[in-house]
Amino acid sequence: MRTERVTFLPPSGRLIKAPEHFIAPDGVRQVFAEAKQGRRDFLRGAFAAAAAGVAGGAAMAQTEGDPAILQLPEHSRGLGRPVVSDGYGKPSQHERNVQRRQSPGLTQTAQASVSFAPLQSLFGIVTPSGLHFERHHQGWWDIDPSKHRFMVNGLVKTPKVFTMDEVMRLPSVSRFHFIECGANTGMEWGNVAVPTCQYTHGMLSCSEFTGVPLITLLQMAGADLKKGRFLLAEGADGSSMTRTIPMSLIESGEVLVAYGQNGEMLRPENGYPLRLVVPGVQGVSWVKYLRRVEVGDQPWATKDETIHYVDLLPDGQHRQYTSIQECKSVVTTPSGGQVLLDRGFYSITGLAWSGRGKVKRVDVSVDGGRNWRNARLQEPVMSKCLTRFNLDWVWDGKPAIIQSRATDDTGYVQPAGRQLRGVRGTRSIYHNNAIQSWLVQESGEVKNVHIA
Amino acid sequence: MCTSPRALAVAALLLFAGFAAPAQERFPGIGRAATPAEVKAWDIDVRPDFQGLPAGSGSVARGQDVWEAKCASCHGVFGESNEVFNPLVGGTTDEDIRSGRVANLRRSDFPGRTTLMKLSTLSTLWDYINRAMPWNQPKSLSVEEVYAVTAYMLNLARIVPDDFVLSERNIAQVQQRLPNRNGVTTAHALWPGQELGGKARPDVAATACMANCPVETKVTSMLPDFARNAHGNLAEQNRLVGPQRGANTAGTGAKLAAQSVQGAAATGAVTMPADLLQKNSCTACHAADRKLVGPSWTDVAKKHPGRGDYLAGKIRAGGSGAWGDVPMPPQAISAEEAVRIAEWLASGAAP
Repeated sequence: MRTERVTFLPPSGRLIKAPEHFIAPDGVRQVFAEAKQGRRDFLRGAFAAAAAGVAGGAAMAQTEGDPAILQLPEHSRGLGRPVVSDGYGKPSQHERNVQRRQSPGLTQTAQASVSFAPLQSLFGIVTPSGLHFERHHQGWWDIDPSKHRFMVNGLVKTPKVFTMDEVMRLPSVSRFHFIECGANTGMEWGNVAVPTCQYTHGMLSCSEFTGVPLITLLQMAGADLKKGRFLLAEGADGSSMTRTIPMSLIESGEVLVAYGQNGEMLRPENGYPLRLVVPGVQGVSWVKYLRRVEVGDQPWATKDETIHYVDLLPDGQHRQYTSIQECKSVVTTPSGGQVLLDRGFYSITGLAWSGRGKVKRVDVSVDGGRNWRNARLQEPVMSKCLTRFNLDWVWDGKPAIIQSRATDDTGYVQPAGRQLRGVRGTRSIYHNNAIQSWLVQESGEVKNVHIA
Repeated sequence: MCTSPRALAVAALLLFAGFAAPAQERFPGIGRAATPAEVKAWDIDVRPDFQGLPAGSGSVARGQDVWEAKCASCHGVFGESNEVFNPLVGGTTDEDIRSGRVANLRRSDFPGRTTLMKLSTLSTLWDYINRAMPWNQPKSLSVEEVYAVTAYMLNLARIVPDDFVLSERNIAQVQQRLPNRNGVTTAHALWPGQELGGKARPDVAATACMANCPVETKVTSMLPDFARNAHGNLAEQNRLVGPQRGANTAGTGAKLAAQSVQGAAATGAVTMPADLLQKNSCTACHAADRKLVGPSWTDVAKKHPGRGDYLAGKIRAGGSGAWGDVPMPPQAISAEEAVRIAEWLASGAAP
């Protein structure tokens, strides 16, 4: 169906007409000729074929109206399917294009790799669990929760072991937080490398996480919080991912040992049955398959704090323990790789977030950053959580460069790429929170661009 | 929602320590003391001050043997390979060993950054090899093997001599020879706390100009036309309803791929035993349509059509020379599973 749609586009592409109202001249002639002879069934068939050919659009004859209205569809005239056709429901078959995807050539193995969430197709702030981005360092597992254990050791009075049953008996909290990989948008530090916001920003997701504040479990073990200002979190999978977590953040009550995600258990790809939630901090610290935490008096300089997830500066030094995801935003609609169907009204919409707190304001420009307007922020606006924004826009068919710029409640303003590169150079890889630019061409096609 | 750490701390206090009883007594019946053996089994981390490092030793020579048997297939004989993972060794000099700063990291024209160019703490290397290597059999190396492999890598970068034996007694001295030991800084505002000192203010201070802002809206970078299809057909990556569609970027490449998939399906070939390929870690070195460490399954299928028995034998016995220098180690896989994989390969390796 999609390819038929494309063949309807005028070759010049100056103005993309939606294929509504379209029926080939031959077809129109034939339909009316046959109709005069009273062959209503043929007429019906012809309209049905035309409707199918334009991807569900309404092929309209001059006189009667839209066959999607006039010809009652099967679903209005028949008996639908029974309950529990599928014990765990799936999205509509028409949503099959909405998938998480790998960026070709980014990694050479599929187990130490990434899949990106389809931000261009999501609404609101919550990422459906099956579309949550993935980052595995040594493949993922579906672990039997009855055999999973959680250990607390190090500078504690008594090292402790908890079963999943015990962790889940403790008082829990549920909170919405974004998780963003430190390398999100990393391919774009130097130049444009990927076409769509799925690949530029898709190592970003947001869920309601349910779990126990880590501080509770540390207190149960009698942790020495005076001396123990650092915590090591360790996974149970092959990579046994380890990251150092600041005790001040744990003491704030924000860091969770989580088992729930969007009302159900964590997905295996996201760490089932237990993961750490470290709000505002890059995803690599949200250790999956969490088996152990250790309280200590100095950081651990683990592999992913020394060889990777370090930010190279122009003077050849690496910044170590860069953890916070700074204030950032991206327009998801319209965005790179999409085609606007026509001139006229559009609601520009996107996502904004900050690892330091709440998003206070988002500005949107359609002229490449010369002039900006305040976007509407959609409630609720929560700390260290995605915020949805939108702004009315009427496209006049001329080229436009769409950008968004977020400000958080610390007053920090999302920078332009040139400002970021001015301080950190072009080889930093991690923590690229630059303003994103989308060029809307006259053809309606949207391209990922960097601008001076 | 509270955002200041102090307010949250107060809230946490109210929520989780609602009365005076310490947390240890507040949740009776939940959790138990870990036994010393349990802690020993899991507490394997090694810190920069080498706390946690088990006593032991390993020589460069022993390391070379272990390396060639267990590491070289992914990392190359000299740690230089870029086939599967980024190169581990290279880019450091004797001068870097003296200064503790890797000069090549200052150059923007130096291709790539190897592990030893970035390594600032030796504990990191030991700990990671011990916990996560080899990639498809993590935690299978003995303490001696971990010391030995670490020594071999250091020797490749001329940090230790050929006859060196690395041990818990001399590792701190070797730390003082790491080429990038002085190459990291925590002077930034991206650590969420005061534990590392750091900086209070973010390094980039932008302002929110609203009108007639001084910008040049000149496009400096966009994808070239030949890369239009590099991420597949974008029309198939966007919803089929709504304000816009995905751009049709299908080119010749995409069409060919689609045809070859149809062709394979038409032959009615044996289905891919994806479960076995995954379980036996075949996917660590082989892929369907491109060479990784070993040949692609498509290439194997082309070379040995109908030779299921031969392939089943090769899978279990391993081999070298037929597809290049990198040997395929013998695989601990049941005969039955090897036959299933081999038959699939021999019948065309349909995806």
